[in-house]
Amino acid sequence: MKPSREQKVWMYEHMLTSRYFEECIEKIYMEGKSPAFNMAKGPIPGEMHLSNGQEPCAVGVCAHLKPEDIVTSTHRPHHVAIAKGVDLDRMTAEIFGKKSGLSGGRGGHMHIFDPAVNFSCSGIIAQGMGPAVGAALSRKLQGLEGVAVAYIGEGAANQGAFHETLNLAAVWKLPVIFVIEDNAWGISVSKQTSTAIERNDRRAAAYNMPGHYIPGNNPLSIFEVAGEAINRARLGEGPSLIEIETARLAGHFMGDAEGYRPEGEKEALFQRDPIPAMKQHLEEAESWSDAEEAALQSSTQARVDAAIRFARESAYPAPEEAMEKVFV
Amino acid sequence: MTVATIKKERKLTIARAMAEAIAQEMRTDERVFVMGEDVGPLGGVFGNTRGLFDEFGAERVRDTPISETAFMGAAVGAASDGMRPVVELMFVDFFGVCFDAIYNLMAKNTYFAGGEVQVPVVLMTSTGGGYSDAGQHSQCLHGTFAHLPGMKVVAPSNAYDAKGLMTAAIRDNNPVIFMFHKALQGMGWLGTEKDAIVHVPEESYEVPIGKAAVVREGSDLTIVGLTSGVHHGLKAARELEKQGVSAEVIDLRSLVPLDRETVIESVRKTGRLIVVDEDYQSYGVTGEIICSVVERNIPLKAAPQRVAFPDIPIPFTPPMEQWALPNADKIIAAFNQMENPS
Repeated sequence: MKPSREQKVWMYEHMLTSRYFEECIEKIYMEGKSPAFNMAKGPIPGEMHLSNGQEPCAVGVCAHLKPEDIVTSTHRPHHVAIAKGVDLDRMTAEIFGKKSGLSGGRGGHMHIFDPAVNFSCSGIIAQGMGPAVGAALSRKLQGLEGVAVAYIGEGAANQGAFHETLNLAAVWKLPVIFVIEDNAWGISVSKQTSTAIERNDRRAAAYNMPGHYIPGNNPLSIFEVAGEAINRARLGEGPSLIEIETARLAGHFMGDAEGYRPEGEKEALFQRDPIPAMKQHLEEAESWSDAEEAALQSSTQARVDAAIRFARESAYPAPEEAMEKVFV
Repeated sequence: MTVATIKKERKLTIARAMAEAIAQEMRTDERVFVMGEDVGPLGGVFGNTRGLFDEFGAERVRDTPISETAFMGAAVGAASDGMRPVVELMFVDFFGVCFDAIYNLMAKNTYFAGGEVQVPVVLMTSTGGGYSDAGQHSQCLHGTFAHLPGMKVVAPSNAYDAKGLMTAAIRDNNPVIFMFHKALQGMGWLGTEKDAIVHVPEESYEVPIGKAAVVREGSDLTIVGLTSGVHHGLKAARELEKQGVSAEVIDLRSLVPLDRETVIESVRKTGRLIVVDEDYQSYGVTGEIICSVVERNIPLKAAPQRVAFPDIPIPFTPPMEQWALPNADKIIAAFNQMENPS
């Protein structure tokens, strides 16, 4: 299943949106945090995990998804949320802790829920997997359309939840796709240091499901493999496991000095930045014009700028609203 | 009692009352389904899903692998997607292998979604000891669950409340932890508390979550408890009556929300308070109840007392476990201590 020109442009558009969004967040995050870096200060307080470099994982999979499909994401969720169609204004306002945010400021950047497009994420490693399996079970029991995609990082493949949910999804033959974004690092611990096997797709064999490994951080090859796995799930043939080689172009979180990286690694990763690579592909294979490029850059940036303006201009919630929404 | 009322008596165990409530909700609401370990053909280790598999089949009454993290997380996902799962954690002691799905997801997703996501899970789980199962299969952990925000917590002492609370729990749009005490379950092999086996109406009904019950009226002393503690309290009250002491007994039934008003009203009348809890003493239900009364400045005739499990892992050997468990004699001793402080 190869992407059409239209699908390629959709993927590129969402990669650009996500990257520009993260670049804006990165700048705003530092407001109020100098000269002394204090995580609690500035318009965006708290931890901030940027997704720069991992955009292909988001767009290559989400290009196949509809609003009714379910996605659970990780503590590094922005690129996936954008590709899944989460309300960008309300997500940005949530990251700023504003009343107009998706949860009115209760969750922040690691707890983004948009039920309109069935998106959620959790800050605890691998713990979005169970809910994805349950949502898939729900669709099966109700006879409703929809597959569930659980995004995790490569470090999550060593959590108990990973093994329990893969087994359960396979035993119940549920429409779930487990997507590992392998950026090679769990904060400062490398995949090699933490994981007994080189590639986690091989673990799929233990749970009687297809396993795929996609090298190259390339949205086109991700699109092809994800399409196959999602199609299989839609046909009722059960779950799949996909591991994608990707790259974390930022630190684990903002403020991470990344002293654990071998010398030259970062530079090499930027050499393989998937966004210029995708642009080059469009130019070579799809006669992507300078005019098209300029128009897309302009529209994606305008979209993000508007969301940030919305967030900045929104009011903070009244403190005592903290007492609401514990129960419904 | 007339012949007609005797004919209407339909005494059920808590186990059967729970299964009946679940079955009735499953008949009227397609979204309700059950999952957990051995809940299928076996009918639950503690009998509370008996008959459901035969009536509703394997799709809606699902035996799971021994993978609490997976199926507890799945319950959250299914509930968020419009289903109403009733999921069993066989022993509450097993919460250690799946607590993230419970207190970080089930309990917080509604809040983190600004109320736009509902997580109507019923998590039913067995509690309590007294039958020498030692410290990994005998705990109550009432305080542990009630302490963490975002979950309602109920714990019946009898079959009538068990059915009504289960019905209310399934219909509730929030996660509800339904704690049932093994010794009250009516399973002969765990010992049986006869007073837990009471008349249960056949038709469906709700016992409101968050409402305590005055199960015995009195004027000199308020005994507050839940599950096994209620039965210890009732036994103590009958003994104290022989000494001319009139004890009121309150069954909390729900820990979250907690019906503080019923307790406060009772203590305002009696001026004396003993709280009974089979959970560990420190940082738990007993302290919370006493604090709720004291911080309202209710006039007291004596310092409140508590009868709870000491702060030790639950020991195996009967002499040690039985020595540590709350019972009616300890409540009476606590009352005597109140009257004649040593």
